[in-house]
Amino acid sequence: MIIVYIDHFDGRAIPASWETLGVGRDLAEATGSEVKAVVLGSDVEPIAQQALEYGAGDALLADDAMLEHFRPEVYADALTQIVKENEPEIVLFPTTSRSRELAGMLAIDLETGVSPDIVEFEMDGAVIVATRPIYAGKLLAKEVNLAGSPQVLTTRSRAFTMPEKGAVPAGAITKLELDLGEPVTEVHGYKESAAGVSLADAAIIVSGGRGTSNNPSLEPPAEITDEKEQEIWRAHQGFELIGDLAKVLGAAVGASRAAVDAGYVPYSNQVGQTGKVVSPDLYIACGISGAIQHLAGMRTSKTIVAINKDPDAPIFKLARFGVVGDLYDIVPALTTALEKKLGSG
Amino acid sequence: MNIVVCVKQTPDTAATMTVDDGKASWGEAPLVLNPWDEFAVEQALVTQEAEGGQVTAICLGPETAEEALKQALAMGCDEAILIHDPVFDSADSLVASRVLVAGIQKLESVDLVFFGKSAVDTDTGVMGSQVARRLGWPSLNLVAAISELDAGAKTITVERLLEEGRQVVSGPLPAVVSVVKEINEPRYPSFMGIRKASKAEIPRWSASDIGLEGDVQPALTWPGISAPEMVGTKVEFIEGGDPVEIAGKLVDRLFEEKVI
Repeated sequence: MIIVYIDHFDGRAIPASWETLGVGRDLAEATGSEVKAVVLGSDVEPIAQQALEYGAGDALLADDAMLEHFRPEVYADALTQIVKENEPEIVLFPTTSRSRELAGMLAIDLETGVSPDIVEFEMDGAVIVATRPIYAGKLLAKEVNLAGSPQVLTTRSRAFTMPEKGAVPAGAITKLELDLGEPVTEVHGYKESAAGVSLADAAIIVSGGRGTSNNPSLEPPAEITDEKEQEIWRAHQGFELIGDLAKVLGAAVGASRAAVDAGYVPYSNQVGQTGKVVSPDLYIACGISGAIQHLAGMRTSKTIVAINKDPDAPIFKLARFGVVGDLYDIVPALTTALEKKLGSG
Repeated sequence: MNIVVCVKQTPDTAATMTVDDGKASWGEAPLVLNPWDEFAVEQALVTQEAEGGQVTAICLGPETAEEALKQALAMGCDEAILIHDPVFDSADSLVASRVLVAGIQKLESVDLVFFGKSAVDTDTGVMGSQVARRLGWPSLNLVAAISELDAGAKTITVERLLEEGRQVVSGPLPAVVSVVKEINEPRYPSFMGIRKASKAEIPRWSASDIGLEGDVQPALTWPGISAPEMVGTKVEFIEGGDPVEIAGKLVDRLFEEKVI
């Protein structure tokens, strides 16, 4: 049996969970096994139902008020019980902050290895040879778990195809009663929920770099006298243009480390080796020269468009399309052109 | 407050990585304190400054990893310990978490353990949670702010940076905290700090020193490392008389190639 953990937040499944379920189905087919989805939470039966539609043979549902908030200790207790009961050969997770942690804890409970962020699978008999990026994708490592069953792995978002929803689900939901201990931590809620499209799930990302502050013709308001503050103000004008373009495309906004370190945008936007590693269909780099640590974080994007003043910028080596020019001229023009094109269908 | 910070030595993120004789090679690039761990060291020091106590940096690694510990000492850690033993050479996260737990337990009465969110070489990002799981302590992962730390009541409240926002969560001490970049600005080592660190004798603990002889079989092996194929794209420069013309041409090409 293959178990696929379905991650969710605020009553909605994280889309990467379905990609993982698709991987589970493929592996089940290759090994003549069956795939079961595990859904843990409170009031999450609709997610279990969705798992069936996406092709889970069965859905194991633990619906308990204690599981309302994700708390790794309680979730790991629940999952370990389910895994010990069902004895799967493989347990798969989508790679999210929550499930990476959960996979790590499950591996400890079962004294086995954990392979996060898998981008490719091969079968060697019953053994999975999983490929994962290391050094932020500068290299790829093949990884094999010798500890035997189960093999615990997480699959990278967007590395695998989203499966089609089936019309008539074959499986059924099994409701589980689990023995959950007293939780040690208390969740008080959420502060500043992240708005907009998340970088990991985004099909399109528009990113800005140091170049966003490089427009001397912009005159900061008189009350901003500090040179550094003026630079940040200029960068914000640049990121506003980038935001407009992202909006037209339904894209997420990213940034280079240089832009984050200079205080232009928050760290949560950072793409690169010490930020997020992303793999969208389209990556538009605006005013980013292409430091190796940034390239490592976005090189697997399907199509890269680079807009930069410097024709020798390393980013052009990875780009499919390049524009040598000022992002302050090109980005707004691009936004207008896309509005026209997309508006007219 | 007794604070431990777990660190690792990694190649600099500016390194160009290649495969040499089946192994990862970073050429002439320097080995550094894992960039994420700088934030963990800083947070340990900030906590010590507020609460008093002792900060001990521990590192599982080869002999060269002493340099990463010296960096931690130069920043201001009181003690540094290198856990080094050839039996740990092929450690995976299963082994590494067990080794670090044995080290933490040898230190006794630890209140807080800090980790960086991940190591920039193996990119596994599970060590903090795995160590917490083994210790049976709360795992406070991806922490962007410690909003409250009560040494008397032995409680901690943090903000965890998840994809959807900041989860505010509290728990009892001792606890394991992994930190993200947003939490602080790591300090540069002072001149005095560097001098002190350069003279420091760093104690080494072997497997037997932490009571782990035998019983350290990794689960994972790595049958092959490769460099990803460079996609053979050649950049197509879009040119034109003015931005409107260039933007129009670029949009047309993106539609032609079915990118959008």
